[in-house]
Amino acid sequence: MEDLKLHGFWYSPFTVRVVWTLKLKGLSYENIEEDRSNKSPQLLQYNPVHKKTPVLVHGGKPICESMVIVEYIDELWPQNPLLPHDPYERAQARFWVAFAEQMVPVIPALVYSTNAEEKEKAVEKAREHLKVLEDHCLADKRKFFGGDKLNIVDIAFGSLLEFLITLEDLKQVKILVAEKFPLLHLWLDNFKNAPIIKENYPDREKILATMKPAMERRFPSS
Amino acid sequence: MEDKLSEVVLFGSWYSPYTSRVKLALKLKGIPFKYVEENLSNKSELLLKYNPIHKKVPVLLHNGMPICESLIILEYIDEVWNHAPKLLPEDPYQRSRVRFWANYTDQKIMPASYPLLLLKGEKKQKAIEDMEEMQRVLEEGIKQDFPEQFSFFNGKTIGLLDIFMGVNCYNYKAFHEVTNSEIIGPKNPKIFMWVNALKEHPLMKDTLPPHDKVVAMLKTMIAPTPDV
Repeated sequence: MEDLKLHGFWYSPFTVRVVWTLKLKGLSYENIEEDRSNKSPQLLQYNPVHKKTPVLVHGGKPICESMVIVEYIDELWPQNPLLPHDPYERAQARFWVAFAEQMVPVIPALVYSTNAEEKEKAVEKAREHLKVLEDHCLADKRKFFGGDKLNIVDIAFGSLLEFLITLEDLKQVKILVAEKFPLLHLWLDNFKNAPIIKENYPDREKILATMKPAMERRFPSS
Repeated sequence: MEDKLSEVVLFGSWYSPYTSRVKLALKLKGIPFKYVEENLSNKSELLLKYNPIHKKVPVLLHNGMPICESLIILEYIDEVWNHAPKLLPEDPYQRSRVRFWANYTDQKIMPASYPLLLLKGEKKQKAIEDMEEMQRVLEEGIKQDFPEQFSFFNGKTIGLLDIFMGVNCYNYKAFHEVTNSEIIGPKNPKIFMWVNALKEHPLMKDTLPPHDKVVAMLKTMIAPTPDV
């Protein structure tokens, strides 16, 4: 039995990346739900620099930042590998993971947009990133970014894109439009139906039910 | 030696710290390479072909295949040419901490450096304080995660974090001179000692641009603005 604890936040796309990874590797862990407005002393001790979830604690030692955690898990538990063996393929996978991280600022930009102009700007930025993915990664009509099997790039983008779609509803915008991004649409469908991912997929309705009242309080609709 | 001696080409720019990181890594490992200096205001066809997404330096070309982004390139170098000296630790936990601090440098410290050149008055003062705080966080963190890091000057070999730190801070005096500030100094004693030790490392001296050249370059980056 591995001594694994995950400090996370239930609808954070960053936490879900770690949950997927742990489940794909068949690892059991203790889930510690953090309240973002009242973070536990342990969390602040484990991640004093950023004070954020997720944090994986393994044998009492904290690992921070979702994709650093994913690589750590992949290195220690090689079953269902998430990174390719070949160094060049690994570099390519890491490149796209970095691209996913470069896309992350779009999320707060969209969530906290206070007017139509800011909202549109965030949507445009999101679409620009998605266009790169559509044109560069899926042109050979592969099932997953990892080919026949999903890999670290699928995990990185799966979490983000699912959250973006939730935000589409929340902010009344359209980002992942099927006509503009047919390959991404197909990919997301493959991804959410993949074994393990399917059983651990974020519940969009539940997330909206939580986020909508919070959004209303913060940004009362005109 | 299989294909490992096959052509290695580095596309870079002399004043790009990201390029310098890769130069240092290649030299540290004793990997022969061809260097192509890019004019960043007139990028070559090849650069745009090899890095179509970001169109940036550095790009490492190995056997005709491009690898982009300095941290990714360093990990690639360490994996392909996996002889000593290793750039990353063997232990997965320590590796996760190296990646954490590399990300901290790239996501917090690097983006704050260039704007600091351009600010004046109160905004500049605030930016300097923020930068000092980041250095303090870095010092605390590295002290905790890698207590032996600060005995580098006892002759231990340099690794990825030394490369990042060395490149960023080698010309701290030039930065101080141009911004009229003191960010690297005795107030962060461990970092100060580490940086000064790195400045004496022959590889750093051999690779990194000299003080005067950097001062001149930094000055051209500062657009004339009225004092606020």
